[in-house]
Amino acid sequence: MKNILLKLLVSFSFLLFGANAFAAGNLNLYNWSAYTPDELIEKFEAETGIKVTVDTYDSNETLLAKLQAGGSSTGYDLAVPSQHFVEIMIKEGLLEKVSGIQDMANYKYVAKQFQGPSFDPTAEYSTPWQLGSASFAYRADAYSGDGSSMMEFFKPSDEVCGKLAVFKSADEVVNMAHLALGSNFCSENPDEMQAVLDLLLEQKKCVTAYSSEGINDRLMSSEVIMHAHWDGYSQVGKWEGVDDLTYAYPKEGVVGWFDSLVIPKGAKNIDEAKTFMNFMMHPENMAILSNFASYANAIPESKKYLSEDMKNATNIQVPDGIPVVFGQACNENATSLVDKVWTKLMQ
Amino acid sequence: MKLKDKKLKFRHVWNFPGFGGWTAIFFGFLYIPILVLISYSFNAGKFAMIWTGFSFRWYTKLFSNENILDATFNSLIVACTAAPIATIIATFSALALVRGGNFKTKEFSNGLITLPLMVPEIVTAVATLIFFAFLGINFGLINVILAHSVFCIPFAYMPIKAALEAMDPNLELAARDLYSNKSSAFRTITLPLLTPGIISGFMLAFVISIDDFIITLMVAGGGATTLPVYIYSMVKMGVTPEVNAVSSLMLCFSILVVTGYWFLNRKNNN
Amino acid sequence: MNIQGENKTQNRVVALLPLWVVIGIFMIGPLLVMAVVSLMKSNVYGGVHFEFSLDGYKQILFDTNLFGEREFNPAYVIIIGRSFVLASLATIISFIIGFPAAYYISRQSKKVKDILIFLVTVPFWTNLLIRTFAWIIILGKGGVIESSFIFLGFINEGDTLNLMYTNSAILIGLVYSYLPLMVLPIYASMEKMDMRLLEAAADLYSSRISLIRKVILPLSMPGIIGGCILVFVPCLGAFIAPDLLGGGKKLLLGSLIQFQFASARNWSFGAAVAMVLLLLVILVLFFNARINKKHRDYETQG
Repeated sequence: MKNILLKLLVSFSFLLFGANAFAAGNLNLYNWSAYTPDELIEKFEAETGIKVTVDTYDSNETLLAKLQAGGSSTGYDLAVPSQHFVEIMIKEGLLEKVSGIQDMANYKYVAKQFQGPSFDPTAEYSTPWQLGSASFAYRADAYSGDGSSMMEFFKPSDEVCGKLAVFKSADEVVNMAHLALGSNFCSENPDEMQAVLDLLLEQKKCVTAYSSEGINDRLMSSEVIMHAHWDGYSQVGKWEGVDDLTYAYPKEGVVGWFDSLVIPKGAKNIDEAKTFMNFMMHPENMAILSNFASYANAIPESKKYLSEDMKNATNIQVPDGIPVVFGQACNENATSLVDKVWTKLMQ
Repeated sequence: MKLKDKKLKFRHVWNFPGFGGWTAIFFGFLYIPILVLISYSFNAGKFAMIWTGFSFRWYTKLFSNENILDATFNSLIVACTAAPIATIIATFSALALVRGGNFKTKEFSNGLITLPLMVPEIVTAVATLIFFAFLGINFGLINVILAHSVFCIPFAYMPIKAALEAMDPNLELAARDLYSNKSSAFRTITLPLLTPGIISGFMLAFVISIDDFIITLMVAGGGATTLPVYIYSMVKMGVTPEVNAVSSLMLCFSILVVTGYWFLNRKNNN
Repeated sequence: MNIQGENKTQNRVVALLPLWVVIGIFMIGPLLVMAVVSLMKSNVYGGVHFEFSLDGYKQILFDTNLFGEREFNPAYVIIIGRSFVLASLATIISFIIGFPAAYYISRQSKKVKDILIFLVTVPFWTNLLIRTFAWIIILGKGGVIESSFIFLGFINEGDTLNLMYTNSAILIGLVYSYLPLMVLPIYASMEKMDMRLLEAAADLYSSRISLIRKVILPLSMPGIIGGCILVFVPCLGAFIAPDLLGGGKKLLLGSLIQFQFASARNWSFGAAVAMVLLLLVILVLFFNARINKKHRDYETQG
């Protein structure tokens, strides 16, 4: 009996350590949910022989928390934070410096204005993923408004009240509130933040759920008829059957974001991660991603490979004159104010 | 009154009317959600809650979903490592605590064993997370295995303790008379008698490890996703019948293991 | 019976050493570290700064508002209160549902008893997350209850019962999660009931209600208390039911703690709340031990 136990233990240790050693290479990708097309992974695996596992998170904040808690290594080789969080992560020492990004074969495809962006000026930490905006989306058949003002989201009409859902995390929602109230992002002014809190508290009375996942399902089942949303994902919702799902571009503007691939500190498969970074900068591959997630990207030549659906995607086309205000990395004071507001909201 | 009549009288007086019906409702409450879950896994439509027809497609989709297979593999690795560790520790502890007589640290050791059961799981999860983060212990699946080994110990301990207590101590005494060597007495008499208890303990520990969610959620890093954690992310993302299918399979697996454990115990008791 | 032979103590130490090491390092260690973290200052981006600070605990009662002034903040006390109330309600409901069932099962023949009790325990060994998820399907919009109500004509198509994301939904989830834990100890107590006592009582008391009140309840009290503890304590720290069925809007202790380590990134506060939860549990268990002792004394005297 003891012998059998011993044998079992030994063989399982082999499985544990051996499985990794025998593979050509492994890659652990940590990405937003519903943001990684199977087709893309399969293509990458076929081309490189590297085995990819994908774990998901629902917000930048969750990602940041996970990286912070990870100590010397989270086990992830790649993550996809938004621009201002890349800044924070660099500052907090959570990212690996990646040598030779600009020498990567496909780097030439990146549009000039995105080479060395403000959050990563020396291009030592990130390569582009996608860009888009955050606002709200509604079922046009059930909602009589037209999404022309951000206040329709924060002070919903009676038909929306009780059928409204908001993102679970602070960052984008607080910024949307800033747009609605006309105050600046990263405000350190307590009065302005109090106004934000009051607005959110009033909205809470009409909110059914705070969640950043399963958005299209909630809209599809008509559990809610208005939801905080992202432009591309709302387009995907339309494709998947919510025909009247309309993304709002209110006059106050929408919150812009730019996601990038980064390598968390202590990543074990850095070479494989760099291979993937290079892979993603190729127009064909970026197009697969855009065709799936329906967002704009930083690789102009990928337009050649975009699907018809993408070319006709109405939800991601920004109308003239609507400002797209990108989120910024706030300093500690401002961040702590945002956290306070959100904590008070969630109580 | 004859005993048989007495028994009849008891059953008459002590069977409250309606309690039987209540018990039926009770079991209904316990099992209907499970049945709903399983039946909706055969839903042909995409949205879990809108029934459109019967289909196996979610099960076939399951088996081609690499992420689920990886997560299942991880769950199995963790359970197959943590359960034996917990069982071994529990066996030694049981031997010392049940057969060791009274000693100073007995109460303390008993307390230690039940500690993982008493502390709320969220507290254990969070404390373990902080602990691993601070010490910089980050070996992926091994973190999960360590955490699981700890809370599986009380579950492995319970059946082993029960088996030891039920064992007739005279058998061991007799064995020691027969065998000159204490350890052969142990090996040939005590251990075989104890084996069903040990296997029961192992099975309980195994099931508990496979099912664990909260601790694994907080402690697991990249590439260490187990099946329950993966199901959680699926549930959060949107409810397709695929989740039902995975859940149903997990349910059936747990039920099978527990049923096996139960039959094993019954045979042992009879 | 003792293990005869030389080095008895040594054997014992060797046998218990793995237990002490494993639980000492991986259970007590983490709890100690968590206690320490609760006394440190949170880093805005997650993790902690290594400086002593009572901010974590202060935040439970007091909060600095946006203007930097400290003011009493009832919110977390409300969350603790809400958790207490829901846990108590769940315990009471579990008792009401489970007690008659436990009694009925204990009155059956041995074979039937064994099978029924087995059926009671089976759900407990399945995944808690999955069992809670089943309720989303039942309670959700377009779910089983709504569909059947529409089918039976109780409500119109397109109307919703709004069962999800309510305190009631969380309550149902909690009761469902831990119901077997209420039934098993009560059943164990009732099984041990001496039939002769029941027979004597049957002669004395004419009404069934008196029988229950004066005989059955007192005799099964240890089991009832045990069951209540086994349900109350996990409900207090529950995380899954409030998270999935409550929509994240109604925070309870368990989800509050988890939230601090997920997007809220406030470790010292999370650790402080966890310590408070631990303290509450210890109090409840201590209380339980006192009652058990009193009951044992009572039994040995009477």
